[in-house]
Amino acid sequence: MIPELGQLALVIALCLAVAQCFFGIVGAQRGHFIWMNAVRPAAVGQALFVSLAFVILTYSFLTNDFSVRYVAENSNTALPWPYKITAVWGAHEGSLLLWIFVLGLWTLAVARFSRRLPQEFASRVLGVLGLISIGFLLFMLTTSDPFTRLLPPAAQGRDLNPLLQDPGMAIHPPMLYMGYVGMSVAFAFAVAALLGGRMDAVWARWSRPWTLVAWLFLTIGITFGSWWSYYVLGWGGFWFWDPVENASFMPWLVGTALVHSLAVTEKRGAFKSWTALLAIAAFSLSLLGTFLVRSGILISVHAFATDPRRGIFILAMLGAFVGLALILYAWRAPMFSDNGGGFKAFSRETFLLLNNIFLVVAAAAVLLGTLYPLVLGALKLGQISVGPPYFDHIFVPLMIPFFILIGIGPYVRWKHGSVPHTGRKLGWVAALALLVGAVVIVLLRAETSFIAMAGVLLAAWTVFSALQEPAQRLWQRLHHRHAGLGRSVLGMSVAHVGAGLMILGVTVTTMLGITVDRVFTPGSSLTVHGDQYTFEGVRDVSGPNYQAVQGTFVVTRNGRPVTVIYPQKRQFRRDGTTTEAAIDAGPFRDLYIALGNPLGHGAWSVRIEYKPLVRFIWLGGLIMVLGGFIALMDKRYRRVRVKAIALDVAATPEEAGRDLTREPEH
Amino acid sequence: MTPTRRRRLVIVIAMVVGVAIAAGLGLQAFRNNLLYYFTPSQVAAGDAHAGQRFRMGGLVAMGSVRRTPGSMTVHFTLTDMKDSIPITYTGILPDLFREGQGIVVYGTLEKNGQFVADQVLAKHDSKYMPPEVTAAMQKAMQAQQAAVKGAS
Repeated sequence: MIPELGQLALVIALCLAVAQCFFGIVGAQRGHFIWMNAVRPAAVGQALFVSLAFVILTYSFLTNDFSVRYVAENSNTALPWPYKITAVWGAHEGSLLLWIFVLGLWTLAVARFSRRLPQEFASRVLGVLGLISIGFLLFMLTTSDPFTRLLPPAAQGRDLNPLLQDPGMAIHPPMLYMGYVGMSVAFAFAVAALLGGRMDAVWARWSRPWTLVAWLFLTIGITFGSWWSYYVLGWGGFWFWDPVENASFMPWLVGTALVHSLAVTEKRGAFKSWTALLAIAAFSLSLLGTFLVRSGILISVHAFATDPRRGIFILAMLGAFVGLALILYAWRAPMFSDNGGGFKAFSRETFLLLNNIFLVVAAAAVLLGTLYPLVLGALKLGQISVGPPYFDHIFVPLMIPFFILIGIGPYVRWKHGSVPHTGRKLGWVAALALLVGAVVIVLLRAETSFIAMAGVLLAAWTVFSALQEPAQRLWQRLHHRHAGLGRSVLGMSVAHVGAGLMILGVTVTTMLGITVDRVFTPGSSLTVHGDQYTFEGVRDVSGPNYQAVQGTFVVTRNGRPVTVIYPQKRQFRRDGTTTEAAIDAGPFRDLYIALGNPLGHGAWSVRIEYKPLVRFIWLGGLIMVLGGFIALMDKRYRRVRVKAIALDVAATPEEAGRDLTREPEH
Repeated sequence: MTPTRRRRLVIVIAMVVGVAIAAGLGLQAFRNNLLYYFTPSQVAAGDAHAGQRFRMGGLVAMGSVRRTPGSMTVHFTLTDMKDSIPITYTGILPDLFREGQGIVVYGTLEKNGQFVADQVLAKHDSKYMPPEVTAAMQKAMQAQQAAVKGAS
């Protein structure tokens, strides 16, 4: 009975989504106030019924209701209860429900925090979100119903895919979906503005915090995904340019460009059409990402064969959303002339434009490398693939100038910058970066490869240049001179520091990391980077739903004990083996051991890795998130009032410039 | 031409040049790092050139896995039920590597017909599997069924 209620909830949610969409878009178009007043209740109701369905599926998992096919296929009585919850999104149908549930959460947030927006605009935004809900609910009800019954009920479930029985499952997919779906809000704002024929600095100010929140979640999701992939043997480390990874990276790149482009639109009223296009692109890539990963289009072509309706529905929906948005854009965007007042070649606008170009080109390169082999394969023109070398070759030349520009951009004034002014601010930063870079390179006694040097230098440059402004303000404050630092400027600095630390981690880990595969017999030992690893053999251990062999490795350095590491190889009842790499994590280096294959007579092949600064990659990601969060706390987002906004519409360049840069006297 | 227009023209030209360079670099990187995929039959027919790195998918032939004692070197043959190619690999094999399993190998073909693999991928889970493995497995399974039918 309960699962049927879940299905019913989804049907009711679909009806409410239709109302939300119709009253929202048509009501706003006709200026029909009674219709527009109905949008918010419909949206809230839709979100609540979707949430009810999600809760019901979770309940079915927790109560081991194996009469539900999806539960029987992805759970087991022996599965620990936290994994019973994460198992809800452990396969296609449930992850789709998670997507819709997350869309419901965003819809609730928009319904709650859009009261200060003009009613027409808020109606359109909710209407567009309703349209997206309709698409996904229809997809779910027609092809991927998670509440389908299994007759007769199974006595025992098949268990969750062993690879997904990991704490990462609780964080990575929900955060990633919050990011993906959050881009739908940026999209809805852009489409609403196109529909309403009004796109200006005010629109940018409304849509900026929403975009930033979506970007924050996407960053958290990708960072955790990278960390998860790192500690599972065979997933290729912290980043492998796997199509599944690329699927989340493309919306991130475009989302990052969008966050920067919105700054220009808000501050200067420029780049309007471009910003709208980026918002459409970011959401389209999010949709593409969701589908690539979840539909099986990319990963196994035969997903089309098992249920051709799914693949066709997906392509049709993707085509409809993207196509409609682009047609609307082509029709309406020429109406918005850029009245940003123009800008000189050396200005903040130029640097942000370059930022956008680099990020979009990078996203396009990833798109090409991800989709081209797929299209070729689908058209039966031969099977090719492009691996990590392709992406490395593209990214290194793109990122070197990009990170040089990151350091300079924030110190160039809007409209017309001054080279001497920027030079004065950054001269000593550049010198310091060169010095520190040189010292680090000497200390590491690295194989002086050009890439390693460039990476360390760029990281130092990025971090120091990002810290220059806050450091200067702090120094001035200590000397009793008034010097405020807006949260959004501070947030930007912090985020750029994060980007610098990430570059440092990626470069050092990639260039100076050591990986050794070797055969160990009990008692044998091996020295890697000064640490001696001694293998003491394996023993059997058992978990709730698996049996494992656990190896013991004693690590010593110069005869002194460092740590003992216990990697495992687990055999799950659901016919699956996982390798649990064991990691001794440290702030500056990780020691990573994974059991390979038993070779007989107690011998094992073993992978040992020494990973310097690998934690900086995720630390950098989290610091970027922190930066975004600080920027979000900027007071202009909290005190935003319709009247204040209306005044700002005609904001003069002086006013707008003062708000962000607040450059100290010089 | 007004100064504004001239500036816009310069910006547009700079963008076009930049994008063109990026596209050129991209295509170059693309061509240099393209990996072709072959089936054992195609390799047996001489489609793959010796010394060129490529991918090959198929089943690990039953009874073909031999290990060199005390080392990580393993020999096996990869088959698509029509032709078989001998493979040598030194390193850690994925958890799901076993005889009869569909796998993908990366490596180069030696002049003597041996394929030296530097990477072996086996099915981890249907959702995280390269499509070639599925294709190779399906093709191989169809061939197997056809062979069984032929025998009976």
